[in-house]
Amino acid sequence: MSKPVFVIAEQRDGAFRKPTYEVVSEGRRLADKLGAQLIAILLGDSVESIAAELGHYGADKVVVAQSGLFNNYSAEGYTQVISKAVQDAGAGIVLLTASALGKDLGPRLAAKLDTGLANDCIGLSLDGEKLICRRPMFAGKVIADVEFEDGIQIASLRPNIFAPTAPDTSKTAAIENVAVAIEATDVKALVKEVVASAGAKMDLTEADIIVSGGRGMKGPENYAIIEELATVLSGVVGASRAAVDAGWRPHADQVGQTGKTVSPKLYIACGISGAIQHLAGMSSSKCIVAINKDKEAPIFEKADYGIVGDLFDVVPALTAELKKNM
Amino acid sequence: MKIVVCVKQVPDTEARIKIAGDKKSIDPTDINWILNPYDEFAVEEALQIKEKSGDAQIIVVSVGPERVVSALRSALAMGADDAVLVKTDDVYLDSITTAKALAEALKDMEYDLLLFGKQGVDDDSLAVGPMVAELLGVGCVTRVTDLTVADGAIEAKREIEGGAEVVTAKLPAAITAEKGLNEPRYPALRGIMMAKRKPIPEKQVALAAPKLKIRALEYPPSRQAGKIVGEGVDAVPELVKLLREEAKAI
Ligand SMILES: Cc1cc2nc3c(=O)[nH]c(=O)nc-3n(C[C@H](O)[C@H](O)[C@H](O)COP(=O)(O)OP(=O)(O)OC[C@H]3O[C@@H](n4cnc5c(N)ncnc54)[C@H](O)[C@@H]3O)c2cc1C
Ligand SMILES: Nc1ncnc2c1ncn2[C@@H]1O[C@H](COP(=O)(O)O)[C@@H](O)[C@H]1O
Repeated sequence: MSKPVFVIAEQRDGAFRKPTYEVVSEGRRLADKLGAQLIAILLGDSVESIAAELGHYGADKVVVAQSGLFNNYSAEGYTQVISKAVQDAGAGIVLLTASALGKDLGPRLAAKLDTGLANDCIGLSLDGEKLICRRPMFAGKVIADVEFEDGIQIASLRPNIFAPTAPDTSKTAAIENVAVAIEATDVKALVKEVVASAGAKMDLTEADIIVSGGRGMKGPENYAIIEELATVLSGVVGASRAAVDAGWRPHADQVGQTGKTVSPKLYIACGISGAIQHLAGMSSSKCIVAINKDKEAPIFEKADYGIVGDLFDVVPALTAELKKNM
Repeated sequence: MKIVVCVKQVPDTEARIKIAGDKKSIDPTDINWILNPYDEFAVEEALQIKEKSGDAQIIVVSVGPERVVSALRSALAMGADDAVLVKTDDVYLDSITTAKALAEALKDMEYDLLLFGKQGVDDDSLAVGPMVAELLGVGCVTRVTDLTVADGAIEAKREIEGGAEVVTAKLPAAITAEKGLNEPRYPALRGIMMAKRKPIPEKQVALAAPKLKIRALEYPPSRQAGKIVGEGVDAVPELVKLLREEAKAI
């Protein structure tokens, strides 16, 4: 039997983030191919009640590590507990999400386990027991297949790429509580406070639909029409760097090479020219729509559908049309 | 206070990336090399901390072949005090190997604060900063958009999905810089002239065996040429129809 596949389940305030289901599902697919066990680890403060849900997505076993110290995320604390659990299980593969937490934890965990890390993967496959990780490099200008020379294979998975399986409540996992042996001195960087952003909307990286506005929006007040379109579509609002640098939108909204990498089902770019650094952040979107008054704008080369026109006419018309048949 | 900023040299973000004949590496001809944009934020932050605290020394360190000296000089031109080149052959280093080389080089250096960029815009690994922190046993806050250093500790803000975390750590500590942390300055002519003349000592470290290797590189599948649905508001009903029926995106 192959070495177990290990997945890190990410929860916040006692609820799983959407990408966790994607990672557990992908872990199950790999474990099935390998004929291996799928072990999930869940860390937090009083989180045992949600552990069973991971079984519905295919985990054979859930290791639950609870501590008051894990009320908030801690890179050092998580690294200690997870590295030990991974070694105890003799896991060959460790998967986590390429989220804010996963991108922080993955490198530390890899260093602790003395191995490499394939961050932000968009595809995984197997060559025997070897994990082949597909990941964009150079802002998506090149796609690399990387593999590990030796050691535990750790990969983080880009949200919104890997399909979650439908939960099956007849499938259950063995739950195993483990003691957390961490001293306060083991943790040097401590989360003091978590502040929710205004509106606490869904994060761009997890959104299915994104409506983005660029310099063509002309000013912050005009984003109301983008917000309305996003609302009708149950999507969220993004922006180009030009809009962010002008102070029209917060940094958290920026899509692109120095912003967020997003892979929604639908990305609507309004008044965005399609500079290479913007495309770097959104070209893995499943469907791209561009609204731009310049028919030569490079965004049209990447868009599945384009409308050449003034966004101040087209965007409200689109909102109205969508409202019609709802 | 001693501040070490780890900087990487990367291809210009406008650069066309060509895959070399071996299909495993990048063809370096015609590449214009620059200081990694995220590392500019890290250097700028170091300069601002120095300006506030009055006495601080800023040392920039880079692991790489001879050519990375120009990235070090860019950081010196911005105002860093000293630079160290950890010289290697011109080969692709995976992030853990780079991190080990940096940790090795940092072992006999003094530092209160270690600054990194969030990510190198070449391999987009997002890994070296926290890896070095783990190897050196220091606390690390990644993707920092706001930083204060006071009373021997840092307080750093990092964005997470739907909010932000405020993280504190005693010095020595590490952070990785996210866009939004500051606005990097343009080097003044005087800085550029001084940076040109500054001797850059080299440090040799033994490289560890790599853990990750590139098996193959390829270009992303090109998206099918898009369809212009039409002009102006008249095209809107057709677009909605296509999104519903053809793309099934809504
Ligand atoms: C190191 C580096 C990193 C970068 N990182 C990023 C990044 O992460 N994200 C990012 O987005 N950019 C990034 N950039 C910047 C990028 O190069 C472009 O400058 C930026 O994307 C341009 O934003 P824009 O498309 O909104 O503006 P513009 O390029 O000015 O385009 C505005 C568009 O709006 C259209 N328009 C104007 N008015 C209307 C109207 N009424 N109706 C319809 N269309 C209209 C115009 O035709 C034009 O195409 C980076 C650049 C560098 C050098
Ligand atoms: N070769 C290197 N020399 C010095 N610092 C580096 C090197 N590679 C990466 N770094 C640092 O680590 C950060 C993240 O890089 P990466 O993990 O490659 O995405 C960079 O922004 C630099 O601060």
